[in-house]
Amino acid sequence: MSTASDRAPGAAGSGLNDDIGEDKRLALYRSQVRLRDAEQRAFDLFLQNLVKGTSHLSLGQEAIAAGFAEAMVKGDLSFCTYRGHAHTLARGVPVEKVLGELMQRDNGLMRGKGGSMHLTSEEHGVMGSYAIIGAHLPIACGAAWRAQYKGDKDVSVCFFGDGTTNIGAFHEALNFAAVWKLPVIFVCENNLYMEYTPIKDVTAVEHPAADRASAYGLERIVIDGNDADVVYRTAQKAFAKARAGEGPSLIECMTYRHSGHSRADPAKYRPEGELEKWKERDPVKIYRERLKQFGVSDDKIAEIDASVRKEVDDATEACKAAPMPPLDILTTDVYADGGWAWRN
Amino acid sequence: MAEITYRDAVIRGIAQEMARDNDVVFLGEDVAKAGGVFKATVGLYEQFGPLRVRDTPISEQAILGAAMGAAMTGLKPIAEIMFSDFFAVCFDYIANEFPKARYMSNGQTKCPLVVRTGNGAGSRFGAQHSQSVENWCMMIPGLKVVAPSTPLDVIGLLAAAVRDPDPVIFLEHKSLYATKGEVPDGEILDTLGTAKIVRPGKDCTIIALALMVSRALAAAETLHDEHGIDCEVIDVRSLVPLDTQTILASVAKTNRLFTVEENPRLCGWGAEIVSIVADEAFYDLDGPPVRITTPHIPLPAADILEDIVLPTPGRIVDTVRRSLGS
Ligand SMILES: Cc1ncc(C[n+]2csc(CCOP(=O)(O)OP(=O)(O)O)c2C)c(N)n1
Ligand SMILES: [Mg+2]
Repeated sequence: MSTASDRAPGAAGSGLNDDIGEDKRLALYRSQVRLRDAEQRAFDLFLQNLVKGTSHLSLGQEAIAAGFAEAMVKGDLSFCTYRGHAHTLARGVPVEKVLGELMQRDNGLMRGKGGSMHLTSEEHGVMGSYAIIGAHLPIACGAAWRAQYKGDKDVSVCFFGDGTTNIGAFHEALNFAAVWKLPVIFVCENNLYMEYTPIKDVTAVEHPAADRASAYGLERIVIDGNDADVVYRTAQKAFAKARAGEGPSLIECMTYRHSGHSRADPAKYRPEGELEKWKERDPVKIYRERLKQFGVSDDKIAEIDASVRKEVDDATEACKAAPMPPLDILTTDVYADGGWAWRN
Repeated sequence: MAEITYRDAVIRGIAQEMARDNDVVFLGEDVAKAGGVFKATVGLYEQFGPLRVRDTPISEQAILGAAMGAAMTGLKPIAEIMFSDFFAVCFDYIANEFPKARYMSNGQTKCPLVVRTGNGAGSRFGAQHSQSVENWCMMIPGLKVVAPSTPLDVIGLLAAAVRDPDPVIFLEHKSLYATKGEVPDGEILDTLGTAKIVRPGKDCTIIALALMVSRALAAAETLHDEHGIDCEVIDVRSLVPLDTQTILASVAKTNRLFTVEENPRLCGWGAEIVSIVADEAFYDLDGPPVRITTPHIPLPAADILEDIVLPTPGRIVDTVRRSLGS
């Protein structure tokens, strides 16, 4: 695990390393709380049968989404998986738009045409959520190729799970990105499970992403994915490298999902005590303590918590009141002319 | 006006579009420095340079995925998949990614790209390098599917495909690369979704695609000269969008329909056309529509075997004569 620490030896005064700064720290906290509350709400709505179909939560993995999104600037592009609510929200997409899509209402991000696994908001740089394992790694390469070709400074960031490192597209994309020196960052969220199977049972190496990095000439990076500061700092380095034209990075973030794989999965396949152990390292809890160390007042923290709660509550009510999508969107946007005509 | 090969038409079509628009970029295996395994991209690297004409690793998923990411964010990529059989190793992009992105995102995501590929039999390469996969592509909502039969159509339809805002699968027939045709000077631009009547006639309609067009035409000449049957031959050219109006109008005139398909029989494109005609022009027909196809078998390598399974002018002549009772 990386030694990137919050306590920089020799830092003046409190002994705390304040390279991140108060504004960014508050933003990182706010983002994590927002993802936590929105995901918890999505789960509650699923149990009420108001979220239909499927849903893959990032409860427990919020520090990664928040840390990367806070390191991005406008124009940077996110490519997500079906477990993409958090990454979508972290780029600033309103909670109502995400919950609306999960509830398959007309106010949803894609008016119910995509569903929870395909959240897309190009205006926020969210270039899609992909439900075929590994598919988006090559796609992120293509977006990065465009940036390289055009001389644009944006970076494409591709999030995926530990299980994804065992599919061919992962390896094709890593090699391709390395050979073409593309401004793309591959972020593996190692939550120890691919669906219901422990990743160690099906992978030849201990660290499914990082231990493959050398095969593509990349640095081996494993970090604490539950510490938003560590994630943020690591992200910044990777962005600087990409923007300098020095090519891709592969970052393995160790984390754990607090909920099941999807829907109402009770996650019985996990050994007893494992969840409890990881909950001691809950990213939101860690970060709340971090703020206190930096002297942020309880009132300030409570104020952030309350404003987030209000956004989620308001969004929930708006979604419950929103109509279902109209039938006339069934045949729109199959082709670029807006329709679905395949013949004259 | 000049006579050029189908292969040179591919080069000219790509070059025309790359010269017109800097956002057109081209990637694939062995396409740049080597000029392509079919020599259908020779000179592009020299003309447009290493930033626009790029060799890739043997990574079909990376090729198509990268094309998609580039297309989504503003470029107009042309991607080459060396043999269309290899679609099977990157079919996720063809079936799940390109054609669904716009719909799933409620119109946010665009995917203006072209996948060029060497399709079809005749090279004695066996079952994994000879298939006609147009039916694999035609069935997917959101894709467009084009298969030209002449050098002129290669240039015009390729230009139309590159300028089209949707993902287009562009099937070049391997056995046509060496064939020649007249091509005018200057820019050539055609229209997707238009079939072409390549031989007018009044006794029956024969619809063909790619390599089968020349065979249908040869059969039509024999049927005319030796049997007094006047066939109308239509090059369907574009399977999606499909020019049903040209087909229906022809059947209304000739009252008989034949399809000549290189793809294996089950779910071949001709089945769709026959079904459309049966639905919409049943009473125009004087007899059952007839499909002349490759049988439902993997393709054999040996020339003597491969030659038997593809529809030939002889088989077309026999089938038409028998059906018309002459
Ligand atoms: C090609 C493909 N194979 C299998 C699946 C089914 N599937 C969905 S999620 C998943 C597990 C992925 O695990 P991981 O990459 O670790 O991501 P996580 O769900 O843990 O975030 C599987 C097998 C799929 N969607 N796509
Ligand atoms: Mg996992």
